[in-house]
Amino acid sequence: MLIAPQMAVVLIFFFWPASQALYQSVLSQDAFGTSTEFVGMENFNRLIADDTYLASFKTTAVFSALVAVCGLSIALLLAVMADRVIKGSSVYKTLLIWPYAVAPVVAGVLWLFMFASPFGVISYLLQAMGIQWNHLLNSTHAMALIVAAAVWKQISYNFLFFLAGLQSIPKSLIEAAAIDGATPWRRFWTIVFPLLSPTTFFLLVINVVYAFFETFGIVDAVTQGGPGKDTAILVYKVYYDGFKALDMGGSAAQSVVLMTIVVVLTVIQFRFVEKKVQY
Amino acid sequence: MIERRPGLNLLAHVVLILGVAVIAFPLYLTFVASTQSSQQIAQSTPMSLLPGGHMMETYRLALFGGETTAGSKIPAALPMMWVSLVSALIIAIGKIVISLLSAFAIVYFRFPMKNVVFWMIFVTLMLPVEVRISPTYEVVSNLGMLNSYAGLTVPLIASATATFLFRQFFLTVPDELVEAARMDGAGPMRFFKDVLLPLSKTSIAALFVIQFIYGWNQYLWPLLVTTNENMYPVVMGIKRLIAGESYTEWNVVMATAILAMLPPALVVILMQKWFVKGLVDTEK
Repeated sequence: MLIAPQMAVVLIFFFWPASQALYQSVLSQDAFGTSTEFVGMENFNRLIADDTYLASFKTTAVFSALVAVCGLSIALLLAVMADRVIKGSSVYKTLLIWPYAVAPVVAGVLWLFMFASPFGVISYLLQAMGIQWNHLLNSTHAMALIVAAAVWKQISYNFLFFLAGLQSIPKSLIEAAAIDGATPWRRFWTIVFPLLSPTTFFLLVINVVYAFFETFGIVDAVTQGGPGKDTAILVYKVYYDGFKALDMGGSAAQSVVLMTIVVVLTVIQFRFVEKKVQY
Repeated sequence: MIERRPGLNLLAHVVLILGVAVIAFPLYLTFVASTQSSQQIAQSTPMSLLPGGHMMETYRLALFGGETTAGSKIPAALPMMWVSLVSALIIAIGKIVISLLSAFAIVYFRFPMKNVVFWMIFVTLMLPVEVRISPTYEVVSNLGMLNSYAGLTVPLIASATATFLFRQFFLTVPDELVEAARMDGAGPMRFFKDVLLPLSKTSIAALFVIQFIYGWNQYLWPLLVTTNENMYPVVMGIKRLIAGESYTEWNVVMATAILAMLPPALVVILMQKWFVKGLVDTEK
């Protein structure tokens, strides 16, 4: 059968682990894995009662909101400008898309380098302006740094989608508005932006998913969840608890929670895409 | 252009140039750092923004490893880049082959449980590998696939994006082609090889670009399944360079970062047309 290879891979590396996660999330295991016992919902109850987990939830929410909002608005600005420019637009495009190819960890390292003291260029500039930059101690600074790195890497992706969306808007609509005397500013907010809303919404979901999962490398490279636990996003915590603190049950329970979040996000996305948010 | 507004055009160029500059600045800084000596970087506040004269030494050190003047040992990046390349290729090609076959089966054949199969594949779209790391790790270690290319790549092949892209594409292939092929006496595999494959060339190219980058940039998964230095991909190598207890040789780190960025960035820029198409298509 032609479908056999895919089914095999999907079953072994997808359904088996997923059910394992469900199964483990109701077990408790000691550090060496010698004894396990069934504990029912205890892992989940522990999670809910765990302040650091709730804090991590909040961190993740703040982080992904910041990444999505900053990333989308900068990319939209650039895309609108690139849509306007005729000469050299492909040059700009090429120059703007390459960060997509950069691995999150590498992006993290690059930004870390700019802000590292004492030789970092940006931290020096900030110091000259009177801001004492220290992302190792100041959690606001640490958060700003990982947001900047995450946004930087994601801009090219958002940019491409916005540009594609802008180019699919019929020119006649905009021309009609121009003839009626609408200024470019007004045209953007009353015509272009509403027509872009499917793209914007799609990108919003994608960016949140990106901030949730793919930014692990950035966090690991830049802050390792610190200072304290102030930038430990959920995925980082799953990794840390499971592989550093060896709390497999707790980690599996967190995996289950994460899976639920992703499924909810996807369902939201599909429902709205079907409805075509437009006006 | 709808109307002449030179002021706005100028503004557009200014904003774009600013954007490009901000985006490119980290890269420039990385390059500059990779051409200076580590003392030059560490002892100046801030580091100089002009390239230094140590480019060749730094890159040699980064590529082939060795000991620095400060006495820290640098692992060679070249074998790590090889690991990255091999696994990125396996992921890209493996995913394309598997999903071509299964999309072909789903679209053109009728078989029992077709809907179940379809939904089972569909569900995998939703859960990225990061979500199921610990259980997948156990499965892989039970199968004895730690520290091997199989362990690095196969679990990452298990996702359905490519299958869906091909399915969408196959659905747009007109029925007349299928009928014509059948009239000429071509069996299903012949049809697949001589009609479908040539038609899907652009989709394959587009997917290849996306999956190659995806494979090359994997970090969390290799971090878990590899404990043997011979199997570290280059992205992980960079992290290890800055994580060490000893003094960080930033020039080498930055040279390695450039080396790690180069292949995927080249792929993106050289195959820009397909890349954009693939990106916009897979997500719709």
